Amino acid sequence: MKIAVCIKRTPDSESRFKIAASSAAIDEAGLKFDIDDFASYAVEVALQLNEKQGPGETVVYAVGPDVVQETLRKAMSMGADRAVQLKTDAVPYDGLAVAKALAAELESGGYDLVLFGKHAFDTSAGIVGTATAELLGVPCVTAASKLDIAGGKGTARRELEGAAEIVEFPLPAVVTIDEGIARPRYPSLKGIMAAKKKPLETKPAQLGPVRVTVKSMELPAERAPGRIIGEGAAAVPELVRLLQTEAKVL
Amino acid sequence: MSNILVYAETRGAELRKVALEAVTAARKLADAAGGGEVHALLCGPAGIAARAEQLGTYGADVAIVVENAGFERFAREAVAATLAERAKSGGFRAVVLGFSAQGRDLGPRVAAKLDAPIASDVTSIEAAGDALVVKHPGFANKVVVTLQVTGSPVVISTRPAAFTPAENPKSIRTETAQAAADPSAEKVTVKELQEGGKGKLDLGEAPVIVSGGRGLKSAENFKLVEDLAAAFGNAAVGATRAVTDDGWRPHSEQIGQTGRQVSPQLYIAVGISGAIQHLAGMRTSKTIVAINKDKEAPIFKVADYGIVGDVLEVVPALTEAVRQAKAGH
Ligand SMILES: Cc1cc2nc3c(=O)[nH]c(=O)nc-3n(C[C@H](O)[C@H](O)[C@H](O)COP(=O)(O)OP(=O)(O)OC[C@H]3O[C@@H](n4cnc5c(N)ncnc54)[C@H](O)[C@@H]3O)c2cc1C
Ligand SMILES: Nc1ncnc2c1ncn2[C@@H]1O[C@H](COP(=O)(O)O)[C@@H](O)[C@H]1O
Repeated sequence: MKIAVCIKRTPDSESRFKIAASSAAIDEAGLKFDIDDFASYAVEVALQLNEKQGPGETVVYAVGPDVVQETLRKAMSMGADRAVQLKTDAVPYDGLAVAKALAAELESGGYDLVLFGKHAFDTSAGIVGTATAELLGVPCVTAASKLDIAGGKGTARRELEGAAEIVEFPLPAVVTIDEGIARPRYPSLKGIMAAKKKPLETKPAQLGPVRVTVKSMELPAERAPGRIIGEGAAAVPELVRLLQTEAKVL
Repeated sequence: MSNILVYAETRGAELRKVALEAVTAARKLADAAGGGEVHALLCGPAGIAARAEQLGTYGADVAIVVENAGFERFAREAVAATLAERAKSGGFRAVVLGFSAQGRDLGPRVAAKLDAPIASDVTSIEAAGDALVVKHPGFANKVVVTLQVTGSPVVISTRPAAFTPAENPKSIRTETAQAAADPSAEKVTVKELQEGGKGKLDLGEAPVIVSGGRGLKSAENFKLVEDLAAAFGNAAVGATRAVTDDGWRPHSEQIGQTGRQVSPQLYIAVGISGAIQHLAGMRTSKTIVAINKDKEAPIFKVADYGIVGDVLEVVPALTEAVRQAKAGH
């Protein structure tokens, strides 16, 4: 199959964030960046599908400045065949603007499947994949926690609140990937060497108008420091008393 | 201020709580911005019209009722088409829906159809001149991002439980309408709906969550977590990724950065270390209790009440004590 995967470069989730002096961005000094978590699952899903189903092509796309080339190389070191950077000076917070750039490029790509993460770590928005599908006019399954493709048809599972639905859809289609399907593989040394020679094309991004902008960023209020009330089962009566009288949740 | 359109989410013949939250958020926005009507689109199988009154109780002025057998199950394409068509015809300032499994799916579809800017998962909405200003927890809840959204209409999804449904009774006017696309012609079709156990509370709605980690040592020992949840009576069971990856529990129960994000009244962490990705999903809980045998475990840094001890000993004792407290002893 011909599969496209759209990946975002995001800071490592283990980081402690600081707000930049502008107060409308995080301070990027010293942060590590990588493929955003759900998008890295999407890369893994694409690679597994093509490994299982015989010859195919996995192409990765990223909208952003030149630093995203590193992210695209990482995906190629995992096994993606080639990469396309849609170049912008900065990635806007506006998901629809990013979706327009991706849709404009993917339209003529002839892909059977286009994969996204359920949401990106930084925006935590879950917009880009579904909006791209809508712009392309192809079926879209959001937040798939299982995915099977056979005979030109897909089957996916989606977790709902307290339930799950199993859906079927024709190809070509867009699927956004949730937890539960795949963990990204680590690139092998061979993969890293091979990635250096794989094609990476750069084109200008045709972003849509940016109408969602960051006004400010703040760190959330810290929780009051925790306290240990005792040890072992002997501490249970005190816990119950506190839950009843102080926290008033029992 | 012009009117606001709300998607009143349903499942089967039931209205979902996020529908009332979205109506509440829309009402608040309309009132703060000098008045305007809240119109709620109610799609469902025959008989769903009976739910309109409840929308009125929470501040909707108009219910647009679309009854169609095809809405028994979530028909994403037909609902998105109907919502977008309404938004176009009515000159609405905003389209508001919940950031639920349905709302996450519908929001970007509707935004793309309308070419409208969209902000997801917001915890507050304010009008500021021509723009709307919203707050959204980004970076897995580690940064509060304030966004300015220009254009009209805008699509906004509200974080579940961020807006508490508030009564604001209106004598609702009901209007019936047709679906803008045939729900039996969906490209993505629902083959099966697997309901969780009867009466089982969803993690997003449960006032109490008892969550287990690798400290429980085996899938069988999760019985202790289930028993404690049952003793509360209003609790759901959660888990860490370590546990869901090992297959002890389904991924749908995972709490954290790549799982569910929850904010219950009470969160009890049983044998959970408190990794930063787990905290990302539960640190806004009102009261946090942790039981862990390692007094240096990071979970104790956020726990209002910590007990250092073996879960196999402490949890059964707590379950018994909660049962007694509930029974009024
Ligand atoms: C990209 C990414 C995303 C992630 N997303 C998530 C997520 O969404 N949710 C999530 O939970 N994790 C997530 N993780 C994983 C996270 O980093 C931790 O690995 C995980 O939360 C650890 O789970 P745990 O606390 O059950 O296990 P452990 O870290 O192994 O902790 C077990 C704890 O149990 C205690 N213990 C052991 N025996 C006993 C006993 N008998 N009695 C009492 N206590 C005992 C130990 O002291 C220890 O503190 C993510 C990681 C990455 C890299
Ligand atoms: N700048 C980008 N370049 C390529 N893909 C992106 C970009 N931003 C978001 N995506 C994809 O869209 C998904 C959802 O992002 P978001 O809508 O921002 O939560 C991500 O997991 C990526 O798969």
